[in-house]
Amino acid sequence: MVNSLLEVQDLRKHFPVRAGVFSRVMGHIRAVNDVTFSIEPGEVFGLVGESGCGKTTTGKMVLRLIKPTSGKVIFEGIDIMSISGEDMRRLRRKMQIIFQDPYASLNPRMTVGSIVSEPFHIHKIGNPHERLGMSVELLAKVGIGSDSLNRYPHEFSGGQRQRIGIARAIALKPKLIVCDEPLSALDVSIQAQVTNLLMDLRAEQNMAYLFISHDLSVVEHMCDRVAVMYLGKIVEEGSSYDVYSNPIHPYTEALLSATPQADPKSTQNRILLKGDVPSPMNPPDGCVFHTRCPIATFDCKKITPQLEAREPGHRVACIVK
Amino acid sequence: MINGSSRSYARIFINKFSRDHLAVAGGVIVIVLFIVAIFAPFLAPYDPAMINTKNILAEPSLSHLCGTDDLGRDVFSRMLYGARISLTVGFVAIGIAILIGVIIGASAGYFGGWVDDVLMRFVDLMLTIPTFFLILAVIAFMEPSIYNIMVVIGITGWMSVARLVRAEFLSLKTHEFVAAAKALGVSNIMIIIKHILPNSMSPVLVSATLGIGGAILTESALSFLGIGVQPPTPSWGNMLTLGKDNIEFAWWLSVYPGLAIFITVMGYNLLGEGIRDALDPRIN
Repeated sequence: MVNSLLEVQDLRKHFPVRAGVFSRVMGHIRAVNDVTFSIEPGEVFGLVGESGCGKTTTGKMVLRLIKPTSGKVIFEGIDIMSISGEDMRRLRRKMQIIFQDPYASLNPRMTVGSIVSEPFHIHKIGNPHERLGMSVELLAKVGIGSDSLNRYPHEFSGGQRQRIGIARAIALKPKLIVCDEPLSALDVSIQAQVTNLLMDLRAEQNMAYLFISHDLSVVEHMCDRVAVMYLGKIVEEGSSYDVYSNPIHPYTEALLSATPQADPKSTQNRILLKGDVPSPMNPPDGCVFHTRCPIATFDCKKITPQLEAREPGHRVACIVK
Repeated sequence: MINGSSRSYARIFINKFSRDHLAVAGGVIVIVLFIVAIFAPFLAPYDPAMINTKNILAEPSLSHLCGTDDLGRDVFSRMLYGARISLTVGFVAIGIAILIGVIIGASAGYFGGWVDDVLMRFVDLMLTIPTFFLILAVIAFMEPSIYNIMVVIGITGWMSVARLVRAEFLSLKTHEFVAAAKALGVSNIMIIIKHILPNSMSPVLVSATLGIGGAILTESALSFLGIGVQPPTPSWGNMLTLGKDNIEFAWWLSVYPGLAIFITVMGYNLLGEGIRDALDPRIN
């Protein structure tokens, strides 16, 4: 674990909730609670969970786009929360992000050419002529023709825009890309294209992905390792194979049983969870999942389970199983 | 969406604008005023400062379209030159207001927190002072001149711009393209200038167009009170002062400059409202 590309340690983000005339702090949204994981160079690490479980917040904290309440993010041995803004800007060459909504992630007033060449400007790479060449090359890599340089984002379809966003993210040849649900705003056929593009680029440039998604089948297809999040906590983490073939945490089991099956005859037992996700402002004591867990015992209300290894590289936070 | 041309936003705007007849009328008025102001020396039949004591307070006629004043100067020529003053004051004053308003509004909206609190309370404070009396008070300490007037109108008129820009920044800064720029390492100042500002300019444009009419009106009022543009430089406001002194015998001294102010301010208001409606996607 010494040579990890990224190490996230006890990362926590509590958003204060203010109300009243004097904006007093009335409580905290516990978006992310003591999340710990690491990503190796060139690895695809999946972060799955339902909406509002803190996946995106985690992704943004990894890039210091949101300041964590506490915890560390260590990238190539450097604690990125402790370095100066100037050092951080230099480090940003090595870590990039691809966003969920391709309609919001490109500046509507900038041409595609200036969007994809902006990284070169910021980090003072090349002269204007070389930058143009590099932009054309980048766009070609994601399958967009050079005639698009002077066009505006609204002239492109969702899938094309997402590929422009990917071109911008890979421009500086980063070591890590946070993919924040890059597929969920796209049509299924386009999803496949973008998935393949991401996998090809990874193989070519040896990048690691922190792949945030709620689509379990895409994560299984793409990721080497997976972490399952529920209400701001990682409940299970392991290699994709282990987690998918042998889910241990009851939440993971329920999540996997909800994946649609292509075979109409397959008889799978769907585990239906009762109730809603509790409010992150007031998460339950003990195991955060105990209010909906089909196998919860009395102890689950009191004991907060820690992530413990069940088999090599497969960690689960559950005291029952 | 896919096949739209680069200029499709502009095309939609022009389509909507051209269907709004009042807005087009406003635009024509503004363009005519520009031509008049720029080409005043060529269009004016007489030198606006030429005194002719043999022909004072002459009624409008073919040789003097709007008559002459108490020194025998041609009112029509003086009005053409007065258009220069009005346009200059309108544009420069609003330019200053926009510059201050954009800087304060952008800082407040982008940085938020205590910066926002301090700047917006300052805006509230400025808004509690009746603008016109503030201008009167400031002018009282300075030499009355067109430059002072422009500056004073500018520094008392930026608050609405600041509020508009702040509101735009508050919503735009949450867009993902801003986060993408941050992730690339773009500095705060460049994010403000290059990424957010160009997207927040349409309400500012509307407010500026409407504000120019107001600035012209303020300049006229100040000049009318004798603390604005000083004679012999002709401005519509100080021409009205002259008209007031002679209103019993020479109505044309008041009516024509008054009409000029009225039409100009109306022109800018119609244009501004037309731009606002054409930029509003909810109005078809």
